[in-house]
Amino acid sequence: MPNVLIYGEIKAGKLKKSAFELASEGRKLADKLGGSLEAVMAGAQSEQYASELAKYGVDKVYVLDSADLETYNSEYYAQALAQVINDKKPEIVLLGHSMQGKDLAPRLAAKLGVAVIADCIGFELEDGKLIGNHPMYAGKCFTKWQALASPQIATARPNVLEVTENSKAGEVEKIAFSADKSRPTYQTKDLNLDTSGKVDLTEAEIIISGGRGMGGDDYTLLEEMAAIFGPAATVGASRAAVDAGWRKHADQVGQTGKTVTPNLYIACGISGSIQHLAGMGSSKVIVAINKDGEAPIFTKADYGIVGDLFKIVPEMNKELKELLAE
Amino acid sequence: MKSVVCLKQVPDTETQIKVNAEGTGIATDGVKYVINPYDEFSVEEALRMKEKKKAGDVTIVAIGPSRATEAIRTALAMGADKGVHIDDEQVNNADPYTVAQTLAAAIKGLEYDVIFCGHRAIDDDFGESGAILAELLGLPQVTLVSKIEVSDDKKSAVAERDVEGGKETVEVSLPCVFTSQKGLNEPRYASLPGIMKAKKKPIDKKTLADLGVTPDPKIKPLSFSMPSERTAGKKFEGLEPAEAARTVVQALRNEAKII
Repeated sequence: MPNVLIYGEIKAGKLKKSAFELASEGRKLADKLGGSLEAVMAGAQSEQYASELAKYGVDKVYVLDSADLETYNSEYYAQALAQVINDKKPEIVLLGHSMQGKDLAPRLAAKLGVAVIADCIGFELEDGKLIGNHPMYAGKCFTKWQALASPQIATARPNVLEVTENSKAGEVEKIAFSADKSRPTYQTKDLNLDTSGKVDLTEAEIIISGGRGMGGDDYTLLEEMAAIFGPAATVGASRAAVDAGWRKHADQVGQTGKTVTPNLYIACGISGSIQHLAGMGSSKVIVAINKDGEAPIFTKADYGIVGDLFKIVPEMNKELKELLAE
Repeated sequence: MKSVVCLKQVPDTETQIKVNAEGTGIATDGVKYVINPYDEFSVEEALRMKEKKKAGDVTIVAIGPSRATEAIRTALAMGADKGVHIDDEQVNNADPYTVAQTLAAAIKGLEYDVIFCGHRAIDDDFGESGAILAELLGLPQVTLVSKIEVSDDKKSAVAERDVEGGKETVEVSLPCVFTSQKGLNEPRYASLPGIMKAKKKPIDKKTLADLGVTPDPKIKPLSFSMPSERTAGKKFEGLEPAEAARTVVQALRNEAKII
């Protein structure tokens, strides 16, 4: 049976939204192939998420129950997923293109002797074969790639695939796994995570970004706006701001930073270099605030305000606070 | 400290990419090429390791057409010792698996404590050759590293890597494959004496036949297209800040229906 397998990534005790995106997409692919949709999760605790996955169309959930999978490790997780794939033989395997997915998917693919159609923003099937739409040059062009070997593995960009409910059984099967420790890998010594619950740029629904026009490392105004929007919003930065040391690299949007696809992107004091426009050009709605009316960012913005961001952003914050309080 | 740095030459980030008339790739005329920025961090880190241990060498391994020689020369001018240039039509635009397979074959004959790759090349944006290479060589991978400290006996390293919402500190036995992330270091510029010296440093040219690699691509491109052109929307100029702010916020709610 040409089945589809998705990987459900768990972060801080929660199933990531990408798992629902993958399930929804996987359901469509499985239906077209006439196969079933299966999911795999690592860790004994993951069984509790099976019912959530079932809501989005998963027929069967494999729960890898093993002490070796308590903390994420590329080698052990790749071994575990390879074991499930070799045993269950899905035709298509989908993972999220998250920080973990980027690390895990190629290692897994190599163990199976294939490559990953990475960071896809859409999928289709042609004669039962998976085709992934993969942006290159940070979105300056799009390419369609076809898998030539089996299993066909792809990662999907977070926040792009549509989530659709479609209730299925979500029957749980526990799978025992013990890592082959003869394969060398690293040991995690320390995990220093931001506990503020701040959403990652690539998964944020609203991004307020600041560039050279911020004039320094005080991003309070933008942080305030993000706070008004709530937990799905976060603050980004242009390369100029990161290179100046005002923001950390993890905040950088653009070709040498992150490619983002939020519903709303608000660019403050960002002129819009080619590499920045590539990295945020797929945002649904773009707002630009810049002193220079000729700045290239305005050619991409749905709404542009020519003026001083330090005068305009506080007014926007006032307006937003009133509007969103209603 | 012996390092191998896998390096790719890519179009500069300010390049306006255009798909060629046949839709089979990008138009290369007028494109300015540079070392993939993440590979530049790799070169710098390898040089710093060699300088700190006051011993060893840095070998650059690059796949690409004849123009890739310039990128190798730039790395040699920064201070790397020698280059291996694999120039073969069958791999110059190959899929990540074939690339990793070719790199593995080229690296197998070399001596090394660490292998560096950029965490992704900013042209094809796949970001998977490093991990595939590590698996093919049976080595650990530590991806997205922003800090590396090698132990005195060069047998292990402690590295800091980017994870979602933070940093992970790991300890790894060497040899291993590191994939470089921005923040690892500030790459140096090639000095004039460096550029002069680089001209005399050896670059070993190889083909897939030399390496005994038969390409067996696992994914292939079907088509290339341009994104739909975004057009400028409404631009408000000369309004009072409060009025401009109100207009746009209202439009986001009532027109774009996004908030």
